[in-house]
Amino acid sequence: MADYKLRRSLLYVPGNMPSMLQNIPIFNCDSVIIDLEDAVPLSEKDAARHLVKRFLMQYTDRNKELLVRINPLDTRWGYEDLKVVLPAMPDGIRLPKADTPEIVERLDTLLTEFEEELEVEIGRFGILPSLESALGVINAVGIARSSQRIFALAFGAEDYTASMEIERSRGGEELFNARTRVLWAAKANGIQALDTIFADVGDMEGLRAETELAKRLGYTGKCLVNPRQIEVVHEVFAPKQHEVDYALQVIEAIKRARQLGTGVISLGGKMVDAPVVKRAARVLRTAYAHGMVDTLIDEEAIHGAQ
Amino acid sequence: MKIMKKVQAGTLQSSDLMVFLEPAETLTVTIESTVLKQFGDLIRAKVDEVLAKHGVEAGEVRITDRGALDYAIEARLETALMRAEG
Repeated sequence: MADYKLRRSLLYVPGNMPSMLQNIPIFNCDSVIIDLEDAVPLSEKDAARHLVKRFLMQYTDRNKELLVRINPLDTRWGYEDLKVVLPAMPDGIRLPKADTPEIVERLDTLLTEFEEELEVEIGRFGILPSLESALGVINAVGIARSSQRIFALAFGAEDYTASMEIERSRGGEELFNARTRVLWAAKANGIQALDTIFADVGDMEGLRAETELAKRLGYTGKCLVNPRQIEVVHEVFAPKQHEVDYALQVIEAIKRARQLGTGVISLGGKMVDAPVVKRAARVLRTAYAHGMVDTLIDEEAIHGAQ
Repeated sequence: MKIMKKVQAGTLQSSDLMVFLEPAETLTVTIESTVLKQFGDLIRAKVDEVLAKHGVEAGEVRITDRGALDYAIEARLETALMRAEG
């Protein structure tokens, strides 16, 4: 996965609201998830998918990643959503209730069939599986490996807590194990992990605290329900200047160490060795994606010459 | 295609429109819009284009527009036509 695409903020936009769809070009989030599932009443599923299709077809000057959350494939709408929306070329599909690897494999097969029909490159459409039930969380490892199209795993706490028959709290203690398991599955497969939505749009401090927790655990992005949440999430995920400065010092230090024929050196009284360098490299890649450093760190700087 | 039954599609939210279709012997199109003065002709042209594309030759078509852009007019009218068929 040499993909450093920033996905800090993935904003849900209801699929049946022209006033929101039309604003997609001006939202400054990294990705949008146009929703055909929960935000659309059952009586309007047909209307929403055609509206989304027409919107995407005229939105040719694209400036962010466009994902579409379809209805689950075991409903009568899921397949029809794909059929109508894929010709308008979204970047990927967010698959709700991705409880098992088999469900994701089924979507993968369908996408391949549509790609053949549309005569586009196989693998053109990505998959973002939503792990949002006890079963989905248990199966996270298998799901992460179930398709080459998967660029990230998304944790969905609203449905997860419903499946667990528990309430979601402000502190989120009840989500800890599930969040961690989704992260392990993602990291073990070299893909991104994206955290769940924070539903209280008025509570910016709560959003900040939850995003900081997700970042500390290892998540690299968060799904959002309102454009007002974008700024806070970007602030949290941006590397701090002192982190970037320190990471640059670490890389310089390890270069000096290698010149001395060693793989370990002291920097300001702290030991710098391979894992420290790896973490610094990660900070610098994120900083590069944020435009905070000019060059992308190369492999030799991280691992040394062979 | 033929308009077989009375249907509607869309909403009355801003930037959206409602489309009402009813079976009729001849084709009539009525447009009501918050921006009729400025954009009435363009809305009418878009509606005519979509009706022609679907080969609609008869029916009562009523549009209540709330400042929708072309893509929304096309999508709502298409949805209404599909609903009127089935």
